[in-house]
Amino acid sequence: MKRKEVPQQNAKAFMGHSKLLYAQDEQGNYVRAPSSGWEAEEIVLDQAIAEYERQARDAWQRAHEGLASTLEYHMFRERMDLVLLAQSTGFLKWRVRRHLKPGAFQKLSVRCRERYADALGKTPAQLDRLPAQP
Amino acid sequence: MNAFVHTSDDIEIPFAHQQSAHCESGAIASLLRHAKLSISEPMAFGISSGLSYAYLPFLKFGGLPLFAYRMPPGQVIRGLTKRLGIKMHFERFRQPDAGMLALDHHLYEGRVVGIQTSAYWLTYFPPDMRFHFNAHNLVVYGRRGNNYLISDPVIDILVECEAGALKKARFTRGVLAPKGLLYYPAFIPEQIDLPAAIRKAIRFTTGMMLYTPVPILGVRGIRLVSRKIRKLDTRKQHQNKLLLGHIVRMQEEIGTGGAGFRFLYASFLQEASGVLRKPELAGIANQLTEVGDEWRRFALHAAKMCKDRMPMDYGLLADQLMHCATAEENIYRLLRTELK
Repeated sequence: MKRKEVPQQNAKAFMGHSKLLYAQDEQGNYVRAPSSGWEAEEIVLDQAIAEYERQARDAWQRAHEGLASTLEYHMFRERMDLVLLAQSTGFLKWRVRRHLKPGAFQKLSVRCRERYADALGKTPAQLDRLPAQP
Repeated sequence: MNAFVHTSDDIEIPFAHQQSAHCESGAIASLLRHAKLSISEPMAFGISSGLSYAYLPFLKFGGLPLFAYRMPPGQVIRGLTKRLGIKMHFERFRQPDAGMLALDHHLYEGRVVGIQTSAYWLTYFPPDMRFHFNAHNLVVYGRRGNNYLISDPVIDILVECEAGALKKARFTRGVLAPKGLLYYPAFIPEQIDLPAAIRKAIRFTTGMMLYTPVPILGVRGIRLVSRKIRKLDTRKQHQNKLLLGHIVRMQEEIGTGGAGFRFLYASFLQEASGVLRKPELAGIANQLTEVGDEWRRFALHAAKMCKDRMPMDYGLLADQLMHCATAEENIYRLLRTELK
């Protein structure tokens, strides 16, 4: 890539920052070349974030209808999934899967709730609540 | 809190921030520069044999397999310092509070340190760039009140992070858990044999890319992924788009310097050609740049297909990857004959 071809498409996700690429100048020497964003990166980043949003929305709906625990919503809201939540709490996957159901989560001990709260960066009380909007 | 606390004092150790493409090579290069060993990021990346390709279907991220364009986290720091004879000091902690105290202690003694963190809990990252990735690296150069002064290699400016958030980021659990890892160079030899280190590093990287015994690594890995893309089930369009988007993110977005570290490595080869007085390497660097451009075209096509700005064509993407594989194979063979 030539330095003048380095994309400068002001990605909104960068919030005014730039990232560093390496590119060749007119003489073919490699130089450090900041980029303010690229169409390809923006598309796939938006796609990944939209997928988290979709999961969080679906989970919010399920929790609202009483089909899932509020934990599932908060898990997706914090950009996690079952595997990641299991890894970051140290619980086995089947236990986390159980806790994503409303009944099991309600009966959970204070200590287990704290582990979830800690992994998701929330207080145990926040885990119980659903926001008015997903 | 413990007995020896220096937290009331503000500390700021003069540190020259330089933005890098990749967090690990950037952090170690700037720590070494701070210790008066001048080394560029591409040099650090190349000598550590950081370049790679790996398709790891058994490691899932959000249900998608891992595509890596470099060696596993930790390889850059370990590989580089081992080849240059530098001794690093590493510390890990069981107790988060002990880890924070130790950080304060090093700062208080005037020592700038690198730390490993999760990228998600760092408050200075733009919200859309925050993902659960546990092997981010950054440099702490001071403390002001309850905020740590941070030179984050991938960010263009100096930043700050509140102590609670930094503690959380340093002590996340899970895969690649940082466990509060903290490091700095403890000993740097007076004489460094750069040419020998470069030769060794290139031989290692090319050998790994060409002669791996498993089909999921190196050039064979690229070909495998190409075949996988060609055979994608056209009925599962949503899932396929997620997969392609994921590949592009691993290649471009996750601090690779462009084209999945290929430009970074080409820059290293160019610098190496000067050190080894081998102009042939500069020619090979240009060839690798062309392959990098092809990787970028692949990324752009894949992204556009995800967004329906281009008709979905798995065959085209697969052809592009096959082309990259063949061209890279040729380059690594050339490099090996040059360094015989």
